[in-house]
Amino acid sequence: MSRIAARFAALRAEGRGALIPFLEAWDPDAATSMALLRGMQRAGADLIEIGCPFTDPMADGPTIQAAGRRALKAGATLARTLAMVRDFRRDDDATPVILMGYLNPILSYGPERFSTDAAASGVDGLIVVDLPPEESDMLLPHATARGLDLIRLVAPTTDDARLPKVLDGSSGFVYYVSITGITGTRSAAYDDLAAAIPRVRHATSLPIAIGFGVRSPAQAAEAVRVADAAVVASALIDTLAASLDAEGRATPVTVRRVLDQVRALAEGVRNARVAA
Amino acid sequence: MPIADATPRPNSLRTGPDSRGRFGGFGGRFVAETLMPLILQVERAYDEARADPAFQRELDDYLKNYVGRPSPLWFAERLTAALGGAKVYFKRDELNHTGAHKINNCMGQILLARRMGKTRIIAETGAGQHGVATATVCALFGLPCVIYMGAVDVERQQPNVFRMKLLGAEVRAVTSGAATLKDAMNEALRDWVANVADTYYLIGTVAGPHPYPAMVRDFQSVIGEEAKAQLHETEGRLPDVAVAAVGGGSNAIGLFHPFLDDASVRLVGVEAAGRGLDTHEHAASISRGRPGVLHGNLTYLLQNEDGQIEEAHSISAGLDYPGIGPEHSWLHEIGRVEYAAITDAEALEAFQLCTRTEGIIPALEPAHALAQVAKLAPSLPKEAIILMNLCGRGDKDIFTVAQHLGVKL
Repeated sequence: MSRIAARFAALRAEGRGALIPFLEAWDPDAATSMALLRGMQRAGADLIEIGCPFTDPMADGPTIQAAGRRALKAGATLARTLAMVRDFRRDDDATPVILMGYLNPILSYGPERFSTDAAASGVDGLIVVDLPPEESDMLLPHATARGLDLIRLVAPTTDDARLPKVLDGSSGFVYYVSITGITGTRSAAYDDLAAAIPRVRHATSLPIAIGFGVRSPAQAAEAVRVADAAVVASALIDTLAASLDAEGRATPVTVRRVLDQVRALAEGVRNARVAA
Repeated sequence: MPIADATPRPNSLRTGPDSRGRFGGFGGRFVAETLMPLILQVERAYDEARADPAFQRELDDYLKNYVGRPSPLWFAERLTAALGGAKVYFKRDELNHTGAHKINNCMGQILLARRMGKTRIIAETGAGQHGVATATVCALFGLPCVIYMGAVDVERQQPNVFRMKLLGAEVRAVTSGAATLKDAMNEALRDWVANVADTYYLIGTVAGPHPYPAMVRDFQSVIGEEAKAQLHETEGRLPDVAVAAVGGGSNAIGLFHPFLDDASVRLVGVEAAGRGLDTHEHAASISRGRPGVLHGNLTYLLQNEDGQIEEAHSISAGLDYPGIGPEHSWLHEIGRVEYAAITDAEALEAFQLCTRTEGIIPALEPAHALAQVAKLAPSLPKEAIILMNLCGRGDKDIFTVAQHLGVKL
């Protein structure tokens, strides 16, 4: 069983949902993002999503755009992101790690070689924002052959007729984009999620994570009440960004503040169904 | 006039793209899932419109009576004499309403947006010509319009910014990245994702996800169709060479496409070499880039070894883009079109040559094509014919040119 499937199975047995915090690789520097990656698991992350910096992140709002710029300035590359995961795996062989990014750096690396190296580094799943099912034959066969899950996005605009096409070839979990919009800009209403998730649930047996607009412990709790996991990205990066000095460098409080927030989110997720 | 030749020959180069939106290996639809249903909706709507004679008639009427088509074909006699070789003809798309070829495409797409019942229009712009053309058709039909423009371009194209505002458009200056055309396109895509229900994205060049590269090409092919007929009338034959500037490549594909199956016609696209191809400051995606994915399509891009997109540079804001339309990438790979590159300095020189010999102030974009013509013409016999697309007028560029010539206005 893959790490992702094993983790969701264990959580199901526990009767609770998952928290998936996000960090941008090398934001604002290699050591800080490595400390965040290591610390997130101890702070209560069930799975971890690592953003792969790209110059033109067209689905991302200002917060993650800025994170990507800081990371690229610090020297981030796709190979260095894989190296981070390799280092992390020396101490943690259980927490699933998902890379989220855009297609071009993967194409440039070579989809086959990338899949091989990602799997060997301990990556479990890939979310490639600008790779819809219509184009995914460029990556899917290579990823599948190396046991990597290709996690697809389902949006509010994905209607019932299209849903099977998006789910075909999906594995690991389904990422429900809760708003029509870019990351970090607005949040979905609970009622909208409560209406949307059963529609997806009806079409797949995979776990469902909700992302885009999940910011607070209360929102994370709402997300795991209707779905299986909550992804929190921009809210954590906003905290990181606010902790940086005037030159955009990490300060002694950077790692602690982000991990404190992960702890609060994890608590929200753990208490969600008890409170419900 | 048909917007695309309905009956291409066997083995025609004019049948693309395939059902996946691919020209050879290039093109496609690389967008986030939120946009995918919209892209498919645009494709269906365009297929229906294209097959509807009423749509064609409506478009033809606007092109004739509003845009001012057909644009003239001009024999540039004094320029020809100055260059001392082949006869040079200009296809005068700078005489269109709004001063460039961009309106051909805007007219087609605004009619499509209306058919689709969309009530808000967004667009990206580099030099501002596409922004002005979009703002113009939005004013014509009373639709609200938001134009995304890189902050750097807002600065160097002030006259066009003011024009767009006069036309009622909201101009949003984009400060992310290098704050030029690439970043404006990112921002327009982000707007579209957030406003899927009512908004139509009117892309200005032959790039982006399928069906845009094919659709924009179809709307721009009127340039080549007319030029072919006009040249046949005056010279009784095809040109020997057709030359056009290439940024994203819409004016070039519009000129070239009707000639693709005429094997005797040499086709030359001219990229911006900026401060030189061997510097890092150019916009020559084909000459110095390699294939990758940006803005929804697989095509030649300027990128580093990690697949990060590099900033383009050109004196011409309209060519300042690190990619090129996917059909051009394919035409390059199969060798049907040659892609040359012209520096800022060469374009400035050609700009002045055209102004003095023909009394026409060209935009800096076609000044690149002109510089290539100036290289080609002397090497060809006097009976040879070069057809060049003079795709825009240079009024918008006089401040930039003055600055480069050291003149204070």
